[in-house]
Amino acid sequence: MTPDLECVDLVKRFGDTTAVNDVSFSVPPGSFFSILGPSGCGKTTIMRMIAGFLEPTSGDIRIKGGTVLDTPPNKRPVNMVFQHLALFPMMTIADNIGYGLRRQCMAKAQIARKVDEALDRIGLPGIGARKVDELSGGQKQRVAIARCMVLEPDVLLLDEPLGALDLKLREHMKIELKALQAAFDTTFVYITHDQSEALVMSDQIAVMNAGRFEQVGTGQDLYYRPDTPFVAGFIGEANRWTGRIDRVEGATLEMRTDTGLAMRATAAQPLSKGDAAEIFVRPEAVHLAANAEALAQFENRMRGRVTSLLFNGAASRVLVQDDAGETLEVTLPQTGEFASLKRGDRVHIGWGAAQAMCFAGAA
Amino acid sequence: MKKTLLTTTCLAVFGLSQAATADTLRLLTWGGYAPDEVVEMFEEQTGHTVEVTKSNNEEMIAKLRATGGGGFDLAQPSQDRIMGPQMEFGIYKPMDMSKIDESLFIPSMLEATKGNTTVNGEVYGVPHVWGTSGLVLNTAEAGDVVKDYTDLCDPALEGKVSYRLKRPTLIGFAFAMGEDPFAAYDDEAKYKEIMEKVEAKLTECKSNVKAYWSGGDELMNLLRSGEVTASMAWDTGGWKLNEDNSDITFVAPASGALGWIDTFVLPAKGQADDVAYEWINFVMQPEVSAKITAAAGNFTASAGADEYAEDALKAKYQDSFPPEAVDNIKWYPPVPAGLEAIEGEVLDRVQAAN
Amino acid sequence: MRAEARIGFILLLTPLVLWLGLLIVIPHIDMLMISLRERISFGVYEPSLMQYDKALTEPLYLRTFWRTAVMSVLATAITLLIAFPVSYYIAKMARGRLQQVLFMLCLIPFYVSELVRTFGWMILLRETGLISNLLQWAGLADQPVEMLYNDAAMMVGLVYTSMLFMVVPLVTTLESLDDSVVEAGYDLGGNGLSVLREIIIPHAMPGIVSGCIVVFMLSLGNYLTPTMLGGKDSLWFTEMIYNQFIVRSNWELGAAFGFMLLVLSSVIVWGMLRLTGRTLQETMG
Repeated sequence: MTPDLECVDLVKRFGDTTAVNDVSFSVPPGSFFSILGPSGCGKTTIMRMIAGFLEPTSGDIRIKGGTVLDTPPNKRPVNMVFQHLALFPMMTIADNIGYGLRRQCMAKAQIARKVDEALDRIGLPGIGARKVDELSGGQKQRVAIARCMVLEPDVLLLDEPLGALDLKLREHMKIELKALQAAFDTTFVYITHDQSEALVMSDQIAVMNAGRFEQVGTGQDLYYRPDTPFVAGFIGEANRWTGRIDRVEGATLEMRTDTGLAMRATAAQPLSKGDAAEIFVRPEAVHLAANAEALAQFENRMRGRVTSLLFNGAASRVLVQDDAGETLEVTLPQTGEFASLKRGDRVHIGWGAAQAMCFAGAA
Repeated sequence: MKKTLLTTTCLAVFGLSQAATADTLRLLTWGGYAPDEVVEMFEEQTGHTVEVTKSNNEEMIAKLRATGGGGFDLAQPSQDRIMGPQMEFGIYKPMDMSKIDESLFIPSMLEATKGNTTVNGEVYGVPHVWGTSGLVLNTAEAGDVVKDYTDLCDPALEGKVSYRLKRPTLIGFAFAMGEDPFAAYDDEAKYKEIMEKVEAKLTECKSNVKAYWSGGDELMNLLRSGEVTASMAWDTGGWKLNEDNSDITFVAPASGALGWIDTFVLPAKGQADDVAYEWINFVMQPEVSAKITAAAGNFTASAGADEYAEDALKAKYQDSFPPEAVDNIKWYPPVPAGLEAIEGEVLDRVQAAN
Repeated sequence: MRAEARIGFILLLTPLVLWLGLLIVIPHIDMLMISLRERISFGVYEPSLMQYDKALTEPLYLRTFWRTAVMSVLATAITLLIAFPVSYYIAKMARGRLQQVLFMLCLIPFYVSELVRTFGWMILLRETGLISNLLQWAGLADQPVEMLYNDAAMMVGLVYTSMLFMVVPLVTTLESLDDSVVEAGYDLGGNGLSVLREIIIPHAMPGIVSGCIVVFMLSLGNYLTPTMLGGKDSLWFTEMIYNQFIVRSNWELGAAFGFMLLVLSSVIVWGMLRLTGRTLQETMG
């Protein structure tokens, strides 16, 4: 099947800086594709190139198989939901949604019908006559999407549209956006710096850093099987050690940390003895126990003292200082076992080699 | 607190008004009539201060009218502009002739001015500076064509003519067309008829006009640059230009130059009459008058000032005014009220005509 | 506390009331009284509508009145047409230093007085002036060209004088237009024209209206530019008012003219607001 959107060797330079460096990806029809990265990584530049506001320095952008490089933004079968939505404040809601249809010179009655349909679809029937500033944040969000969707674009671009919403609404809108995407059955390309937005909604996520794609994959891929240390560090939380490889036994290897601890981990990429390496262990992979016996099955075990309790309901964490003086973050199990844990308590911690990912470190 | 403030304010106001009454002369005059040199001499001799405001006839009267004759201690409108405005608005106060040294004046001019500025038996003005208006020409280019005001409408001069849209133009054209507007001053119907003729002439003449000048400097520029070769203006303007370009000079028109006399009058609410009299007696001294003549370019009514005047200026005067031309000068009589309304409408219509 | 607040309020209000009362309301009432009387003889006046009758029946006055109104509207329209792209460039396309420099360029002519500015134009346009000489030098004209003293010269002067007062409100409103709103306009299929018509102009409307009001008022009330650049055919209403007051000493008719001008400008401003569906409050606030 032809992908809805395909970028091939896309490069964009501004003077001496390379904002987008040789990026290629393709988005299959009807999927929700996210580009996730810290601010300044070049994700907005990609989006603006797809929308047509920027011209790539080299490379190609294809929509439904055909290149759109020579198509001006107003003719591309791509629409964009802007970061601050960019609703037209001088128009009513109906005029906002009908704007694109008017540009296609559609008959007035037909526009009105389509606008009403769109409003029904986003669950806001009858608000057509209202002014933009009379709507709540979430309603504006939906109008902004409807304004694009009435044009039935091949690809809908969304540039961090949830950024301006408060936390609660953001959580709600994540689910709603996903539902809208399913309802419209259109390809969404979504850019964000918020990993939770990307993980919750996307079929595919591209993690971007410094103008390059680090890894493209599903949420699970990125979380469980990161390709690069950047992805491992960027997606989810991680405890991190640096050191040198002592021993290699197939996929499992042993690293001596800079503080002198021996640690067993799974190699995420080929490594050999003596290589500088980095180990990432997620707080939720670390087990907590009152005695060493309970952790017998784990390859890595150590003792430590609780220095701090970070209570946050289900996401509560414990900070544990090991004997080498390093502090680890450990997820506090909500099974009741550790309800009485307090600062200063001595605990045992342990994790499996399979849960510790080892990457080549900076030499 | 409040009391102190009030007292201070009172003092300040009192102080200011004191300063104004004691020894400041607020003089409303024409450019050149109170040269810095003369003002300094006067201030040094008497200890008074002189504040000079430059203006013209219309503005002087408008200013005095707006304040009911206040704001100035001495003004210098033309002698024909005293009787009418005084009867209408009461903006002047009578002169105390005993405080003026009449021996400083040319007797005939003093008598004539007194006569023209007498309202209800009281004298309101004494003469200061006099002059004429006529033609200022580039004689090389327009000297053969223009002998009188109406010649300004000669097709040969198309686009090269400038004059003011003011009453001297109306009067001058009327004389040049063989009428006597001054004789018709008391006969409104007759005057109106004359003015209608003049209007027709000026309207017809409009295509010849480059611009209606409104300030002396504007006209000077036009003549100096050669954009205008013939104009209707004051004698002094012509003489001044003559210094730069000997082709340009003042010419008394065949129907007679129009003579005017600028006077001294006391505004009704003037606060420094004594200083005003002092000023009048000071500037009418022959030596001082000669300085004013040098600055303004016009002769004064001061008896004996001729001796001190520059020879060059005298020569120019004699060139422009052969003896018969002097006799032919038409002196403006006082303007009766109401005539200016007729003239105003004529001027407006000329301005609007295409 | 309440009493103090009251005193503070009164103290703040007093200058405003004094300003409005002494400098605006009272003189206008006085003018109205003067315009409603007729001179009978020396110092004797009677209430009468004669001045207005005269002003409204004399073709010359009416012609000048309408001419001034139409020319002012035209000057406003031309100023808007020139100022809009300039403002758009300053507000949206120029960046950083360039933006400041361009804005300063608009401002610099206002460092000198209106008289000097108008004189500058006279030097350029007159027969022996710069442009005329330049044309002759370039061989485009074989004799001096007079460009002064006509309606076009006057219009140039009026537009030039008003430019800043149109640019400032336009730049301010255009700057507040979010770039992404314009981009959204294109993204959803609009072309330059439709984005201008449906997005940029509606957004800039408050600036357009307030700029137009100011420029219109300035043109209508301008005295120097029409008299100096318009020359013998200038015919501007303010000139007539000046003539009536100063030259003719006919305050009654002058005051009536003044009131006609006041009514005219009020009506046109009101019409402009009605036409654009805005309130004065929105425009000024």
